[in-house]
Amino acid sequence: MEPLSWFEIITRVLIQFVPVWIAMVVLFSVSVVYKRRLGLYGKLFDSTIGMVGFALVMFWVFTGIFGAMDLIVTHDALSQVSSMKNKPPGTPILGADEGQYPYYLFGGDNLARDVFSRMVKGAWVVVQIAPLATLFAFMVGITLGLPAGYYGGRLDTFLSFLANLILAFPVILLFYLLVTPEIVDTGIPNYMAMVLFIFPIIFVGVLLNSRYRTQPKVRTPMLIVVLGIMGWLYLSLISQPGTALTVLPDAIDLFNLQGGILVVFVSVVFVNSPTVFRIVRGLAMDIKTRDYVAAAQTRGERPWYIMLWEILPNARGPLIVDFCLRIGYTTILLGTLGFFGLGLPPESPDWGTTINDGRRLLQIYLHPAMVPAFALLSMVLGLNLLADGLREESLRD
Amino acid sequence: MALFLFRRIGTMILTALCLTFIVFWLTNLAPNLEKLAKNQGNVRMTDEQVDSFLQDRGYSQPLPIKYAQWLGVAPGWVIEGRDGTVRSRCNGVLENGVAPDYARSFCGVLQGDWGYSTVFQDGVGSIIATRLGLTGKLMFWVMVVMVPGALIIGVMAGMREGSRTDRTLSTVSIITTATPEYVSGVVFIAVFASTAFGLRWFNGSATSAMEDATFENFTLPVMTIALYGMGYIARMTRASMAEVMTAQYIRTARLKGVSFSNIVLKHALRNALIAPFTVIMLQFPWLLNGVVIVETLFNYKGFGWTLVQAAGNNDIELLLGVSVVSVFVVLITQLISDIGYVYLNPRISVS
Repeated sequence: MEPLSWFEIITRVLIQFVPVWIAMVVLFSVSVVYKRRLGLYGKLFDSTIGMVGFALVMFWVFTGIFGAMDLIVTHDALSQVSSMKNKPPGTPILGADEGQYPYYLFGGDNLARDVFSRMVKGAWVVVQIAPLATLFAFMVGITLGLPAGYYGGRLDTFLSFLANLILAFPVILLFYLLVTPEIVDTGIPNYMAMVLFIFPIIFVGVLLNSRYRTQPKVRTPMLIVVLGIMGWLYLSLISQPGTALTVLPDAIDLFNLQGGILVVFVSVVFVNSPTVFRIVRGLAMDIKTRDYVAAAQTRGERPWYIMLWEILPNARGPLIVDFCLRIGYTTILLGTLGFFGLGLPPESPDWGTTINDGRRLLQIYLHPAMVPAFALLSMVLGLNLLADGLREESLRD
Repeated sequence: MALFLFRRIGTMILTALCLTFIVFWLTNLAPNLEKLAKNQGNVRMTDEQVDSFLQDRGYSQPLPIKYAQWLGVAPGWVIEGRDGTVRSRCNGVLENGVAPDYARSFCGVLQGDWGYSTVFQDGVGSIIATRLGLTGKLMFWVMVVMVPGALIIGVMAGMREGSRTDRTLSTVSIITTATPEYVSGVVFIAVFASTAFGLRWFNGSATSAMEDATFENFTLPVMTIALYGMGYIARMTRASMAEVMTAQYIRTARLKGVSFSNIVLKHALRNALIAPFTVIMLQFPWLLNGVVIVETLFNYKGFGWTLVQAAGNNDIELLLGVSVVSVFVVLITQLISDIGYVYLNPRISVS
């Protein structure tokens, strides 16, 4: 068989992405039709920049999700076809089996794996970790930043000192210290996970308690159910068989993260939360001087109610914008970790690791490094544009 | 001002102490020490041999004591090993087996003794000095490219907000902030230095730039670092410039009939540069990140490359030296940015 021309490669890639196109068309038409009822999200569709950014982001999100369901990928991300080592994009597979996709659309890497399928699978790693890690970082930052900004004083001095301490650390040094196998063996990342992941539970607990404190009949069952489920998830998350922390027996352990993902997750949350803390603290200090806070204080509301139900909703604009930017930054951090071969297993298809693999032969074979590089670039670009669009629209109110 | 400086420097020293203690603790954890012993001695050492190896070299002392010795506030150890040799922290192996008085002296960072690198087989102080010099050269050129470039882009975009120039330049700066060093570096090498693409304008490796930096071998690493920071500074400059251009005194100047170029250069520029100054200073810690990536990518054996080597091989004393230096770089730039902010903007006072 002849190798494919560039035109044919592009056509075939577009065809592979059909599920993504369908999902995006559905999402966009529904959103545009109902945009007047959808608040800030709907307003996003009034700005071109925001829409372009949202499209790029959703493209990778859908790619990640469908890729994980084995819809878009042409080959297994780990299987090697020996004749395909370092082959250029569009090379046909010699003697392809029945039912096997006959081409490597974006070529093969130095271990003869399909670059296209690895890129798609790599999107799933990012889509899995980045938003969730950012969300956790926000929970930690908000739970600590609100009281620091609201109360001020000693608490603020102490927490700010801690945050500056972490921020003064060069990120890469921190990664090297936390993610090496020797440190992982001592279980320090697991203990850090134990501390960091309790913040979402505290956050939700305090959030609900401060709201429904006056209605014990609603509050008590609600808190028991919510905290019970979250506690179970928390214990399943931090308890890993074979490490220092094995709290739950296997039978009721819901899931185990494989291959160092927990360690990567923890270090990314750890690095991000002090910055979020500083932003939230600044916003809280600003907003607590407003009249509606004074009104709530005069009404006799509790401090946590004021923080979570008066200050936080009014700080949402800047926080949402920063959330988008921070997902992009987290994606870059994940890539950095992969680039230095830290945390994720060496055969992992995530973009950082693939770029690192590909750069060794970069002077001769471009495609194994360039494909994930452009994937990462477009995803982060999408998030930055999305944040820009959101900022523009939220300022317009 | 004096009180402010005094308090800031006090916090700085406390931060540096805490951070070095954390690094010290992490590098001195049992599995790390075991790895160190096996690297240094013999891979097939038994647990007992590892134990005595570590004990003879002072690694088995309690952590606070070791830290105090490294810092130079406690006298260095002198230990008679199980094999009969007497070793000391300050003077290495003692030939005649007895510890002279001077061997028990203080030798730590405070005395200027940074220790010995187990990977490079050299004093940490001299390694850091040479590597820092190389990175200084890189950073100098990065600054030369990045700061004027970013300011020009930012001012050009911000002086007429919403114009076509503004849209184009803003898009360019968003794209550069979305391109981490390991992506732009890879793309640069692929486009400008690979045989596959055909344009062999620059070198894909900067190893030769350590002795003799030329246009060919130094452009790509400098561009790679500069580009990532450039977009961010440019966006800050743009925002600050756009804000200044809406101020009353600019409108007055326009109504007086001052030419547009004079307004930008004489009235707006100085006020618009206050915010970017802080941002540029606070970029230093991020640049350090970029330096590590770029030096690894281009094989330029500077400070960042040393950090990777030290961390990868758990070279305890070198790693501590590297962290002390980088922590101080971060803290000092924060201090300078605070002071400079006050100096540039008389409306803000430090107290």
